[in-house]
Amino acid sequence: MSLLRDSLCAFAAGSVVCCVVYGATALPAETRATIDNFMFKPDTITVPVGTTVVWQNDDEIPHTVTSVDGTFHSSPLDTKDKFSFTFDKAGTFEYFCRLHPRMKGKVVVAVVNGGTVR
Amino acid sequence: MAKDEKDDVDRRAALECMIWAGTGVLWTMAGGVPRSSVLGISEAKAQPASGFTFLQISDSHIGFKHAPNPNPLATLEEAIAKVGALPQKPAFMIHTGDITHLSKPEEFDNADQVIGKAKLDTFYVPGEHDVIDENPGTAYLERYGKRTQAKGTGWYSFDNSGVHFVGLVNVANLKAGGMGSLGAEQLAWLADDLKDKSASTPIVLFAHIPFWTVYAEWGWGTEDSAQVLDLAKRFGSVTVLNGHIHQIMQKAEGTLTFHTARSTAFPMPAPGTAPGPGPMKVPEDKLRSVLGITKIAVKRGTQPLAITDSDLTKV
Repeated sequence: MSLLRDSLCAFAAGSVVCCVVYGATALPAETRATIDNFMFKPDTITVPVGTTVVWQNDDEIPHTVTSVDGTFHSSPLDTKDKFSFTFDKAGTFEYFCRLHPRMKGKVVVAVVNGGTVR
Repeated sequence: MAKDEKDDVDRRAALECMIWAGTGVLWTMAGGVPRSSVLGISEAKAQPASGFTFLQISDSHIGFKHAPNPNPLATLEEAIAKVGALPQKPAFMIHTGDITHLSKPEEFDNADQVIGKAKLDTFYVPGEHDVIDENPGTAYLERYGKRTQAKGTGWYSFDNSGVHFVGLVNVANLKAGGMGSLGAEQLAWLADDLKDKSASTPIVLFAHIPFWTVYAEWGWGTEDSAQVLDLAKRFGSVTVLNGHIHQIMQKAEGTLTFHTARSTAFPMPAPGTAPGPGPMKVPEDKLRSVLGITKIAVKRGTQPLAITDSDLTKV
């Protein structure tokens, strides 16, 4: 019991610290992208780790946002449908449209250091 | 983490005139040479009664809700009504894909209900819009695959009146950066399917995406189709019927003839004439005034194919 209580206390303390750090340095980041005329716009998006990218399909034809390595995949997005994915890991994520595979895009997720993406 | 949100949400006139909705193509087999004619043209009715005919419809896109045709079910119904009015009943019909817009059950249901009114045996191949359900292609195969004893993602063959028909799938498992694709398994099956056929057997191959590269920038082609054409070239008459590009295009190469059908839903721009291959906007009154305006004569050999455009109001 006492171990559990101690753990909970430690957990609670940690949460407070986390919240402070979070509040001080990083607002939840969101980046918007569109699908327009059979193109992902912009076709390369560079974001810090933790960013949520939101794609909206502005075409009258459905498209998908499907990563080449299987990390993420949307359902078919009809006109004005949106798909979002939060990038928790650094790396380069290439994606395409499963219906129109010549449509390609890339999300470059970079580690943040001193507020700048590198 | 990932989530979907559902928000509500010139070129020349001559070219515009050859690309319309609400039609089917009537094919006549005479001496192994297919000839096609767009429905509504008087010449279609003048086909010899002794011929073996079949129909091709394509790109119904049931579920599409935008300009220039927010009700593609109605234009499909019109096309089917024309089929029903033919003086000579076709042997069967093929549908070269994009039955639905979003692979939804109700879209397939609505399409089936209307197409069923033709009372013709109908053979389907899927378009990319028919295989975007949660488990890609499952809904399509459950609905259409059993009757044809389809293999893999839905390919099959059958014989009718001495002609060998092969339905192929070039919209499954597409790879980033690529175009339409058949894949090794399907190509191996096709080689086996054709190997015992005599060179004098007329062959009809049908699939959704064109088998020749109409326009690579828009993905209008099939990456591994050269292997199909290699398998087919020993035959005296090979006809390749496709859809996907919502306009009539034809090409002849040796004993091979290629033809793409129009959509019954909406037209698309001629290659390279628009920023992308989306629906082409046309006024509603114009849409119907140009129905059934294209006549095609497909001849064996290397002669250029004859395309004649004429407005129905002038027929």
